[in-house]
Amino acid sequence: MLDTQVVVSPAPHIKDVITTEKAMKMVMLALLPATLFSVIAFGFKALGLIVCSMVFAVATEYTIQKALKKPVTVYDGSAALTGLLLALTVTPELPWWMIAVGAVVSIGLGKHIFGGLGYNMFNPALIGRAFLLASWPVAMTTWSWPSKALGWAGNQVDAVSGATALNLEKMGMLKTLNLEIPYANLLWGNISGSLGETSAVLLLIGGLYLIVTKVIDWRIPVSFLGTVFVLSLVFQKDPIFQVLAGGIFLGAFFMATDWVTSPVTKKGRIYFGIGCGVITMLIRIFGGYPEGVCYSILIMNAVTPLLDRLTVPKRFGEVKAHA
Amino acid sequence: MRAKTFQGGVHLHYHKEATASKPIVDMPEPKQVILPVQQHIGAPAEVCVQVGDEVKIGDVVAKAKGFVSASVHASIAGKVTAVGPMPHPGGRNVMAVTIENDGSGATSFAAGKELDALSGDELKQLMQDIGLVGMGGAGFPTHVKYYPPEGKKIETVILNGAECEPYLTCDHRLMVEEPEKVILGLQAMMKAAGTDDGYIGIEVNKPDAIEILTKAAASDPRIKIVPLEVKYPQGEEKMLIHAITGKVVPAGGLPVDVGIVVNNIATAVTLAEAILEGKPLISRIVTVTGAVKNPQNLRVRLGTSVSELVDYCEGFTGTPGRIVLGGPMTGPAQYRLDLPVIKTTSGVLVQDRGQIKLLESSPCVRCARCVDVCPYNLMPCLIGCAIEAGDLAQAESLGIMDCRECGSCTFVCPASRPIVQTIKYAKAKIAAQKRKNS
Ligand code: SF4
Ligand code: SF4
Repeated sequence: MLDTQVVVSPAPHIKDVITTEKAMKMVMLALLPATLFSVIAFGFKALGLIVCSMVFAVATEYTIQKALKKPVTVYDGSAALTGLLLALTVTPELPWWMIAVGAVVSIGLGKHIFGGLGYNMFNPALIGRAFLLASWPVAMTTWSWPSKALGWAGNQVDAVSGATALNLEKMGMLKTLNLEIPYANLLWGNISGSLGETSAVLLLIGGLYLIVTKVIDWRIPVSFLGTVFVLSLVFQKDPIFQVLAGGIFLGAFFMATDWVTSPVTKKGRIYFGIGCGVITMLIRIFGGYPEGVCYSILIMNAVTPLLDRLTVPKRFGEVKAHA
Repeated sequence: MRAKTFQGGVHLHYHKEATASKPIVDMPEPKQVILPVQQHIGAPAEVCVQVGDEVKIGDVVAKAKGFVSASVHASIAGKVTAVGPMPHPGGRNVMAVTIENDGSGATSFAAGKELDALSGDELKQLMQDIGLVGMGGAGFPTHVKYYPPEGKKIETVILNGAECEPYLTCDHRLMVEEPEKVILGLQAMMKAAGTDDGYIGIEVNKPDAIEILTKAAASDPRIKIVPLEVKYPQGEEKMLIHAITGKVVPAGGLPVDVGIVVNNIATAVTLAEAILEGKPLISRIVTVTGAVKNPQNLRVRLGTSVSELVDYCEGFTGTPGRIVLGGPMTGPAQYRLDLPVIKTTSGVLVQDRGQIKLLESSPCVRCARCVDVCPYNLMPCLIGCAIEAGDLAQAESLGIMDCRECGSCTFVCPASRPIVQTIKYAKAKIAAQKRKNS
């Protein structure tokens, strides 16, 4: 006879190693190169913003869950990740208390109003960013250049420091000032912009890591980037510039791929990426803002349930839809 | 040749090393067997012996009741000491015949024959007479599959040698050690079906089995050996059919709808032994593995207690945390060891207490991993949420009844949601509602 207690749980009795918690940590790891770069490039003010955003995000989640007497889930890392993502979307010049407000809004309005992780409709970090942009538009768009200490002086665009490359492009100033498009700078990150959107290469490395480890699906970034590229050609813009500049890499690999707020079907994810690309380009070309990544993803978040419903995969052996 | 496969599925750690290269060992006859009348899908068999009766190995102790049922035969010789409900791997107590071994080993087998001496109809009768059922785990009475419904015809017989459940190696060993019987069993099945088209699908992680069977089948050009990709659930009936023939069994339909019958390796070998030796289904190969001191593939008399198998493998290493009959993806966990080995018991898997992590289920984070792996292209996450919300109609429109309960979705879920478990529960509920309404 069995002289000890055994577990009698229903099959399956083995489990894959990936958990929500682990996946969140892998996303943070994937963001590490870009994060470190922003600290090197922008100095301690960048580090301060990142830490401040993460601390306030986690603290907000803890407080809300304690207050509502719900289980505290800050250890799953998702609040910390939201804080990190939010920080990466803002300018290094943002006052620290503003990012703190943004973090509180991200977690409170972006996540817990809907019922917490898994129930939120919109990407919490982008809700925070949208809130900040609407509340303090000037502070949110005061840009600066990466530290000259890196020995990257002598840049032509220096003349108009304070504007992002996309700003210049939007205002038609790249041409008026007869500036060259700074491809290499865009790629490596020696460019003004938000903390995390500067170095396309480092974001790409992180994104590829997540795709290879199957944390995210390639479909969203590929269709997003592809759409931006194609539409640039259609509207006679420089496609490489359009893809590299601004927050597209950060958005396509780390924001649009958020599990909770993107479609669960493969087809749905492709439409989702295309939608993000189209709206981004429409905002860039016809809208009032130079950049449209944030709003495009938020709008597509809202469309996600519909996409899921419209793209239900055909079941194996499905016989014609029930009449 | 490129290994064939299906869409979706998961790559598992197979953990087959412990027993894959160990020859099958004949476990000595036990002192006592407990033979439940329900070791198959369908009507329970009817006990046809009484306490005090003397039986020989091979005597029928419970007779099939109706067409979809299977007889049970004495697996040892001796005296019937009890007829009554006994613990059963299915969880509830089930009517069973207990036999005390008299050590004589007396048999009452029919005379062995050549396959050529038997007609198709005689073979179907033989399947029924020996109590043959699907020995891979389902336990569906085999002969039933060979009487296709009006207007349908069997064109192809497939033997399932995928053995895609981790840890299990019983079919693997049979293919390597008894290739002639595997082939003979398949030939008999083809004859019963009246077809000249036979396949054996084997996952490529068993190269020795593929090689040996290819050789054994060389003299019969009707039989094709098909290497399959190593992926779970490759041995799931409809996935196997799709991988090998490209045919798609309609949702809610049976393999016979596309002219196919699938049988398990052990079933084929048992049929071959019935032909050659007149021996009914009285024993099977069981892989005893995991946290036991000497993991092995054992040839075991039906009705032997699982605890004797564990003892024969020199007991547990450490403290057992979970005992599974069958493979870890679909086998039921047990809370006691005094359960009889039945026709569908392919393995005894012991998981050490330290191995078991009970993860708490958290809300669905819509990662879609379950959607990506479901071989039936269902959306397990949405089905799970519909069930949670009590909306069984929605679960049904999402195709819950097509779910084959392979467990892949639960395996990959990062939120540790018990998806397949809730699906099973909801399916039973829906079926009960339907019965009530009809
Ligand atoms: S829904 Fe059913 S068939 Fe699909 S993966 Fe889950 S258990 Fe397997
Ligand atoms: S795998 Fe789990 S968390 Fe992911 S979508 Fe499916 S049910 Fe939700």
